[in-house]
Amino acid sequence: MLDLDSLQERFGNEITESSFRDNRRIVVPSDKVYFVLEQLWREWGFDMLVEMTAADYLEYPGATDRFGVMYVLLNTTTGERVIIKTHLNLPDPELPSVFPLWHSADWLEREIFDMFGIKFEGHPDLRRILMPEEFTAFPLRKDYPLKGRGERHNFPVITRAES
Amino acid sequence: MAVGLPENLFLTKLDAAASWARSNSLWPMPFATACCGIELMATAASRHDMARFGAEVMRFSPRQCDLLIVAGRVVMKMLPVLQRIWLQMPEPKWCISMGACACTGGVFDTYAVVQGVDRFIPVDMYVPGCPPRPEQLLAALIEMQEKIMRTGTLTGREFAGRTKSNGPPPFDLDEVRRSQEAVGVPGLDIYTPPEIQLGNAGKLN
Amino acid sequence: MPLTLADTLPTEANEREYLWTLNFGPQHPATHTTLRLILTLDGEKMVDCVPHIGYLHSGFEKLGEHLDFNQYVTIVDRMNYISPVANEIAWHHAVEKLIGVELTPRCKYLRTILAELMRLHDHLLNVGTAALDLGAFTAFLYGFQQRENIYDLVEYASGQRFHASYTRVGGVLFDVNDAWVERVRKFVKEMPATLREIDGLLTRNRIFIDRTKGIGVLTKADAISWGATGPLARASGVVRDLRRDEPYLAYPDLDFQVICSEAGDCYARFLCRMREMWESLKILEQAIENIPGGPVNIDANTDAVLPAKPAVYRSIEGLIQHFEVLMPNRGYDVPSEEIYAATESPNGELGFYIVGDGNVRAYRARTRPPSYIHFAMLPHMIRGYQLSDLVAILGSINIIAAELDR
Ligand code: SF4
Repeated sequence: MLDLDSLQERFGNEITESSFRDNRRIVVPSDKVYFVLEQLWREWGFDMLVEMTAADYLEYPGATDRFGVMYVLLNTTTGERVIIKTHLNLPDPELPSVFPLWHSADWLEREIFDMFGIKFEGHPDLRRILMPEEFTAFPLRKDYPLKGRGERHNFPVITRAES
Repeated sequence: MAVGLPENLFLTKLDAAASWARSNSLWPMPFATACCGIELMATAASRHDMARFGAEVMRFSPRQCDLLIVAGRVVMKMLPVLQRIWLQMPEPKWCISMGACACTGGVFDTYAVVQGVDRFIPVDMYVPGCPPRPEQLLAALIEMQEKIMRTGTLTGREFAGRTKSNGPPPFDLDEVRRSQEAVGVPGLDIYTPPEIQLGNAGKLN
Repeated sequence: MPLTLADTLPTEANEREYLWTLNFGPQHPATHTTLRLILTLDGEKMVDCVPHIGYLHSGFEKLGEHLDFNQYVTIVDRMNYISPVANEIAWHHAVEKLIGVELTPRCKYLRTILAELMRLHDHLLNVGTAALDLGAFTAFLYGFQQRENIYDLVEYASGQRFHASYTRVGGVLFDVNDAWVERVRKFVKEMPATLREIDGLLTRNRIFIDRTKGIGVLTKADAISWGATGPLARASGVVRDLRRDEPYLAYPDLDFQVICSEAGDCYARFLCRMREMWESLKILEQAIENIPGGPVNIDANTDAVLPAKPAVYRSIEGLIQHFEVLMPNRGYDVPSEEIYAATESPNGELGFYIVGDGNVRAYRARTRPPSYIHFAMLPHMIRGYQLSDLVAILGSINIIAAELDR
């Protein structure tokens, strides 16, 4: 079992823990997140990055930070799970890439970049993945409308006579 | 025409013969993108057996097909591909739009999904349903055969008249209203699309 | 003059001559749906590959922020469309965990039966099409016959054969009757014959073995590092199955085995799927015999679940309750919390990360799609194999485009 005290001892008291149902969540400041994750990977046996995602807290009641990035880690030997969460803000949301630790971070980080515009320093190939290359907005940010801004219908029309 | 028979008699008969042949051996090009594609597969598979209607020869090369079945939603990134496939198919060709998504966007009224392929390519037959049952697709196929019998000509003259798109215009009023709705709150600069700085953006291939 | 070894080594000058690029997809039969690979080939050998996806990205997660927990189930359905009900179960598993609902025993068993039917549904198609891509058509037809029977079962229970939208928060749409249970029992009896047929067609088929054995090998360490789950990981020796490790629904009461293999190649994945189908039948048998009676939905006065349709139309209480649940800011309490909950879907760990903000809608509904994670490792898996092995590998990792792109 991962215990919080040893993490706090090493990385300071800003690291806090909360839990909800069976989820354990550890909140880490964004400048320390890579070191904490590396520690978890190296010493606590969290060898699988199951899931990595972000959320935009623009309209969330009582939220102080714009983005949250969550890493769901799993220890495949003991089955222990832990969620590491960190917060980011505009104008320049950026995190170090965890691709060196877990390969699965490759596309997960690309997707977060595509959907939220959070950049990952040191990622080998940070490009848009789901949206077209020439798309400029970040669709999962809360300020982007559900129905888009008309990009979806910006194509030439083919009629029967000319095809 | 060079045979010297009265022209109208000669042409009518060939038209009918050609339409008969074409309608009974439609070669579909399954443009299966999503769930409807699985239903299309079910139509071709054991229980429903599309071969009974002469349309079992699914060819995956557009050059060999004459019936495009758009099964599934078509999104922003896929639409140019669809248009290109349509242009690559040889004449005469027809198009069935299968499923709510291909016809109107269906449940996916979102930023990425094209709200009906008929805005951008010509469609001859719509099959409603999400997904349509295989029986429905078979019914559409039979209807398509009847339509070809009814309107088909040897040289494809019936297509020449269709110079206007018969779908809704891409930017209908609704779309314009939506894009106006999306104008931002004054004082919050979050609505300006952010600059993207891509490290190695040019690295595609 | 024969070429020496030095001539074939890639150098700056000859690299461009030897390597050539092939575009594969987005419209290609072996991609099944829409994905695109840009392959770099050295003759027939694949040197590298750059996948391009997003050809079916339709904004599921954004829609999830605009629809409430019961409405979004119709969208979730369309995610992994070869096992639709499994997605619904995963979604409502996460929602119920967020709200803190405990299901009734009958509902747990019913959902377990549906989940296992969906596992059969998925594996039958996958085994069939994997063989179809390698040129064996018959197994696909045999498999599809049974899939049609599963469609019938789902239709009998829910009214829709494909996208059932069957589960609700705290229960399911309609209860099933004894005739349905009888039908499932009949299906379970008939299924082994089909499995044996497919087995006879493929398992010892020389051509099939030659095309799949030793192809697309994924080692255990790689499988863990790339985040593989489900049959793909189990075929590589990662002994993990959420049904056993983090039991949910009725799985703790049922007896089944976790199928694993150590080879990690396409053939091992095929065998794992075949054996898993036998295990699913075993689970189905037990669940059918033990399905308890009683209500299928949780207690109505918790106000979490929609009342039955006849009650809504015929009684004022039912109507009021219907509105209570549907009105915004009414209905059940949703904590302002975040949760990650996962189930073992046929394809791997299908999880949802839900951020609740007190509304009956998710503030953020993130899916952990197994296909997406699995497809990321494709360039790693195909390196060094022949071009014709690509379809075998693609078929064996079971990519569902709608789940891949969402
Ligand atoms: S119409 Fe329904 S079944 Fe067909 S692609 Fe759209 S969502 Fe899927």
